[in-house]
Amino acid sequence: MHAPITSTTRLPIGSDADLAWVRQQVRQAAADLGFNLVQQTKLVTAASELARNALVHGGGGHMEMTVLAEGAHRGLRLSFVDAGPGIRDVELAMTDGYTTGGGLGMGLSGAKRLVKEFTLDTRPGQGTTVTIVDWVSGLPAPRTGAP
Amino acid sequence: MADHDTAPGTAKELGAFLERRREQIAQRWADAALFRTVFTVSRDEAVEACKAVLDALADVSRSGRLEDVEAPGFGTVRDQLGRMAAARARAGFTPVQIAGEVAGLREPVTALLRAEFQDDADDERVTACTQALAVLTSTLRLVIMETTVSAGEELIARQRQQLLEVATPVIKLWDGVVAVPLIGTLDSARSQVVMESLLEAIVDQRAAYAILDITGVPTVDSLVAQHLMKTVAAARLMGAECIVSGIRPAIAQTIVQLGIDLGSIITRAGLADALAYALTQQGIVVSARPVTEAGPR
Ligand SMILES: Nc1ncnc2c1ncn2[C@@H]1O[C@H](COP(=O)(O)OP(=O)(O)OP(=O)(O)O)[C@@H](O)[C@H]1O
Ligand SMILES: [Mg+2]
Repeated sequence: MHAPITSTTRLPIGSDADLAWVRQQVRQAAADLGFNLVQQTKLVTAASELARNALVHGGGGHMEMTVLAEGAHRGLRLSFVDAGPGIRDVELAMTDGYTTGGGLGMGLSGAKRLVKEFTLDTRPGQGTTVTIVDWVSGLPAPRTGAP
Repeated sequence: MADHDTAPGTAKELGAFLERRREQIAQRWADAALFRTVFTVSRDEAVEACKAVLDALADVSRSGRLEDVEAPGFGTVRDQLGRMAAARARAGFTPVQIAGEVAGLREPVTALLRAEFQDDADDERVTACTQALAVLTSTLRLVIMETTVSAGEELIARQRQQLLEVATPVIKLWDGVVAVPLIGTLDSARSQVVMESLLEAIVDQRAAYAILDITGVPTVDSLVAQHLMKTVAAARLMGAECIVSGIRPAIAQTIVQLGIDLGSIITRAGLADALAYALTQQGIVVSARPVTEAGPR
């Protein structure tokens, strides 16, 4: 779909410390690609939600981060993969305020609103993969202060 | 007989020797860095510490459990050994170096042992006793290593705990106004500490206003938001009003799009604005700066 793929990174999601690392790596990658501060913040926040879901509800897993290039357009694809119980009723889980774990129930639905593309693939008893994609908006940002 | 196995007779003989030569060995050990640099009050203190270790070793020898780190004889000095190892570790010595120092304790004892049996033609007994001593010292080394390892783990746990506390100082800004500048990741453990120290400060300072400044928090997701709301609710129960300051524009936009409603929380752009609000609410006017916010929103 998005070709050519320039690079993929895989990060484990198994602890609170891993979540912090995921956020840092996503922020770094987004900044390097030229995402503006608001976009970076949204992407990192969405990643934080989905990584925590994979950890808390899915029992842990990993994130795959891929840099996308389509012509002059640059984007970032993040996949959160777990082999947990899966989501039985996706529509319900995507409802604002729905939670089975004492949270706010805003993670899934909120993450979807924060990014351009959102796909949820889940099989009960098999696990869940949530993939989000965001593109650097407008013209590629000038490389200010690049090393 | 395998050469590392010690005959019960030899172990007993070693035990008796350590007891007999307690004073002399202790005098020699007291000058070793392991004792001298740890027991600094007086030389006598160091000598006493040496004797305690010697008594333990003699006890272990008599019980014949030279290779057993769990031998009851070590029980009486385990704490002391732990303190010694910890002191050396604090002085910058690695576990390997400390183990080397412990091994060094064998040398003066071996010398005394040889001297004692010098007149004896019985070479075999001397060799057997020296070997038994070697076994005993390496067991002692293991016992000490064990205490340094657990001391290291304890240290890490303690530092982690300290970090939790250091990172969340509650500051009194004014009579009845306290503030916590939050910095870094607000995971569940940190949030718990923040909430506890803030509530404590509210009680101690009889604070009517508590400011949570999140300028230093890089990401506010639904969990962080939930922690903030819980803290605000708890403060309210204690009779204090909470003000959240330092929500940067990018974070504000993100929170809104995420769908989180912080509408029930009083927010201000910066710490100064939050303080101004708290003061105005209490009827205090700070004249050097025009008051921009007055009354509830
Ligand atoms: N990876 C997953 N595996 C299994 N169930 C999931 C997964 N992600 C989400 N869910 C289910 O969907 C529900 C809604 O998720 P959502 O992230 O919106 O809310 P939450 O995690 O419960 O709370 P929070 O607002 O703190 O994120 C969860 O309570 C859980 O039952
Ligand atoms: Mg969630």
